[in-house]
Amino acid sequence: MTVDVKFFASLREQVGCEGASVEIGEVATAADVWLAAAGGKPMPPNVLVAVNMEYTDPNREVKSGDEVAFFPPVTGG
Amino acid sequence: MRVRVEIHNDTLSPWEELASHEQATAELKGRIGAAGVFVGTMRDFNEASDVIAMHLEHYPGMTETHLERICAEAGKRWELLDTLVVHRVGEILPAEPIVLVAVWSEHRKDAFEACRFIMEDLKSKAPFWKKETLTDGSARWVEKNTAGY
Repeated sequence: MTVDVKFFASLREQVGCEGASVEIGEVATAADVWLAAAGGKPMPPNVLVAVNMEYTDPNREVKSGDEVAFFPPVTGG
Repeated sequence: MRVRVEIHNDTLSPWEELASHEQATAELKGRIGAAGVFVGTMRDFNEASDVIAMHLEHYPGMTETHLERICAEAGKRWELLDTLVVHRVGEILPAEPIVLVAVWSEHRKDAFEACRFIMEDLKSKAPFWKKETLTDGSARWVEKNTAGY
């Protein structure tokens, strides 16, 4: 299946891209998506994960067509 | 309860924003007994360094939805008539306003507490990220917000 991956802020710079369409096996978690999309870099422990713009757990299973976003702790306001 | 959330690149003038918002919601006049307002502005120092500029990034779509949800949640916890959140993104200079949170209610307890609740949730959960430019031209990401409570 294919999922859309997005990286934001410092993670985008670390990974070296803002996002990609990623091919992955039919059963995959958000953490699996990270491994497939981040070029083998381990996921930093404080990374926040959102699937379809909802916060979620890295162990959440994703579906074909999902938008999977990874970003560092937020610093707005 | 009304909710208005805006994220934009333009200069934020919080007091003008409040005046025009109140004009546009004139039907609430007479019912409102309290307005709670928070304005956050950019400082020219952080973590022992002088900061000359800042770039603010967000996650278009998720950030707006998240803020609307925070306001709706505040509306469940307190008796509110109206909520407004305006947040800058893009390039920001010291002393410029970054964020405006305003809450209107019949009584002050609701306005004070809901305004604080929305602001603290925004600081800890809304997807925004700051990158600071220092006086030597170097840039660094802000890694975490200070605790508000």
